[in-house]
Amino acid sequence: MGSTSAFNRRDLVKRAAALGIVAVPAMGMLSACAGGGSDSDNKVEKGKKSAKNPLAVNESAGLDVVIFDGGFGDKYAKDAQSEYLKAFPKAEGKVKLTSTQKIQSTLQPRFNGGNPPDLVDNSGAEQMDFGTLVGKDQLTDLTALLDAPSVDDPNKKVRDTLRPGVVEMGQFGGKETWILYYAYTVYGVWYSQGNLRKLDAEYPETWDDMLALCAKAKKKGVAGWTYPGKYPYYLPFSLYPFIAKIGGAEVLRKIDNLEPNAWKDPAVKAAFDAYYELYKKGYVLKGSPGLDHLQSQKAWAEGKALFIPNGSWVENESAQQIAKNPDFDLAVGAPSSLSDSDKMPYGTIWASGGEPFIVPRKARNAEGGMELLRLMLSKKSSQNFIKQVSSLTSLNGGTEGLKLPPGLASAQVALQKAGQNIVNPRMQDWYVALQKERIGVAALGEMMAGRLTPDEAIKKIQKYADDTRDDSSVKKYKR
Amino acid sequence: MKHGKYRFIAGFLVLPLAIYAIFVISPFVQAIYYSFTDWTGLSPDMKVVGFDNYARLFQDDVFWSAVGNSVTLLLLLPVVTLSLGLFFAFMLNVGGRRRKKAVIGGVRGSGTYKILYFFPQVLSVPIVALLFQFAYNPESGALNAFFKAIGLDNVQPDWLGDPQIALWCVMAAMVWANVGFYVVLFSAGMSSIPKDFYEAALLDGANRFNTFFRITLPLLWDTVQTGWIYMGILALDVSAFAFVQIMSVGPGGPDYSTEVLPLYVYQKTFRDGQAGYATAIGVSLLIVTLVFSAVVMRLGRRERLEF
Repeated sequence: MGSTSAFNRRDLVKRAAALGIVAVPAMGMLSACAGGGSDSDNKVEKGKKSAKNPLAVNESAGLDVVIFDGGFGDKYAKDAQSEYLKAFPKAEGKVKLTSTQKIQSTLQPRFNGGNPPDLVDNSGAEQMDFGTLVGKDQLTDLTALLDAPSVDDPNKKVRDTLRPGVVEMGQFGGKETWILYYAYTVYGVWYSQGNLRKLDAEYPETWDDMLALCAKAKKKGVAGWTYPGKYPYYLPFSLYPFIAKIGGAEVLRKIDNLEPNAWKDPAVKAAFDAYYELYKKGYVLKGSPGLDHLQSQKAWAEGKALFIPNGSWVENESAQQIAKNPDFDLAVGAPSSLSDSDKMPYGTIWASGGEPFIVPRKARNAEGGMELLRLMLSKKSSQNFIKQVSSLTSLNGGTEGLKLPPGLASAQVALQKAGQNIVNPRMQDWYVALQKERIGVAALGEMMAGRLTPDEAIKKIQKYADDTRDDSSVKKYKR
Repeated sequence: MKHGKYRFIAGFLVLPLAIYAIFVISPFVQAIYYSFTDWTGLSPDMKVVGFDNYARLFQDDVFWSAVGNSVTLLLLLPVVTLSLGLFFAFMLNVGGRRRKKAVIGGVRGSGTYKILYFFPQVLSVPIVALLFQFAYNPESGALNAFFKAIGLDNVQPDWLGDPQIALWCVMAAMVWANVGFYVVLFSAGMSSIPKDFYEAALLDGANRFNTFFRITLPLLWDTVQTGWIYMGILALDVSAFAFVQIMSVGPGGPDYSTEVLPLYVYQKTFRDGQAGYATAIGVSLLIVTLVFSAVVMRLGRRERLEF
């Protein structure tokens, strides 16, 4: 196939490429702009401070809110938005509420470009890394909000109406509070009282009882436990407080601080051995290593397994399946006692804030964002949230006069029983990759699938923790 | 006259070249630049850190298992998909029993098969991935239910939950989703091979095996080569990402057994806030892709047969 044209095609391509190379350096200059947002101050003017407007919100300024549309939906935020409009009628039509599951891919360009929204619910699988946001100074300090009077009682600061530990969770070693956790989650062993009654059993308060109950269930063809093997980082919801119960809260603190050999603590080994025994004796629902959270919750709600490590959102997430069994009677249990020498009493449980809200540093209307949060922390909005999604909020109390659904009522009882013995491990918000992928998928998941012994799992996790400590690209925290 | 011609052509090329430079070349250059910074992806401020990101790559176990899995996909996926595609296309067009008048023909019902093979092609990748995920569900999935039904109660693999077979499970779904396209592509190629070639071969007493390797494959070589590169890129690219992201335990698989390079890029950018490091991984992915294309072009170089 000869070319008849004097002009050779290959030649043309070569020349075009040469032209492209000339163009490249010019493009390099463009790239300098792509990452750099303008630093010009584009904030709206502050409004007038008054008793009704303690944060001095500009009454007619727009407000831009992005909500994670996950297990809790976005209706509670829309309701709060109408409260905001009641307080600031001049902002009518200028309040924009977006709900998405893709928090990071939606917001990353806006953070990079320097025009982030005024309030963000930074949650879900695409949660932006808090360590990075704080480290790069991208967030507004919420102290002003915490020191503002609460909506319900002008003599009380917002700070004093929150549940214990919530403010501390939003801090990163300094005085500033960067994050406000709106939901309040109780983690633990979730089960159906109805299904236990069928076996003539109560929730086992000791591990021996637990094993005995699992053996009994196995005879009836019911598994003792299941868990989402696809996301094995659900296991810590009951495993971490179990470790704390056996060896004291100190063990978890050392783990969070990435101290050398923190995982080699005997309490860790004892807890791992106990869970491994569940697998060994065949008390874990077959196939669990291949299930995701919805599939495992479904199997559990259908009564194929008695227990599942989970958080209080499970009541909302599995509502449809649970409703199929009117006798289900959802409840949460604290980790069983392993032996009499456990350092913490029975009832020790993991509870902490969920749904982290942030106000970006470069938000145009930061005051408005904080004001919306303040309104959300009123008793009215809080009760609205509880009713809608059966989860507690960070507002302490606020449940008076509400008929709580069974799971939430049981969580409330568990919190009361725990009293001071509430633990709050920070791995999952400080070191996401370490917690979810390394410890969760690569070690705990492998152990519960029987492919690693507890000793091997501990060794592996300790190495991962050491690697993270030595990784200069990961910001470290201490508590 | 010749110069005028150049100017004439260049005039037409200015706009496309500019667009190409802005939207294709400049992102490449930017990515390479970012891979030398500590950019987080969450704030515009960053500093140049030299080769730190690349030094880190060498010590990153997860990166290496991602490279391993990506290369496995790269080597096996095209072979399996294209072989199946060729085999099916041959059976549909040439492999059938000889009938009156027609020199060659497909197996009985080949029209129906064509539709069946092409069917997965009209489903989007996430749907295929989800379908397979349901089938692989160890607790209520079709595969384990099938094993139970035929009396193999003890054979109940965890499929995607087992690091030994997870990658194969993902690969099977990818083959299933892609093979139809190649059946159609190769069918088109085969239909342009003159029938007299087959007639001559058949008169000489060639069997199906011989007609395939002596006539069909050599005359189809260009198409196969294109398909090979296309499939290889797909194995390294977003398609692998989507399948692994949706199907895999983790994602990234149990014990990183299905971690692939594009997924790792995504995780480092969107989960860990390390966009600079992620672009370094991206650049290494670019290198793997370039090496692959070069090798395939080199190996596939053959004299072109004209007919």
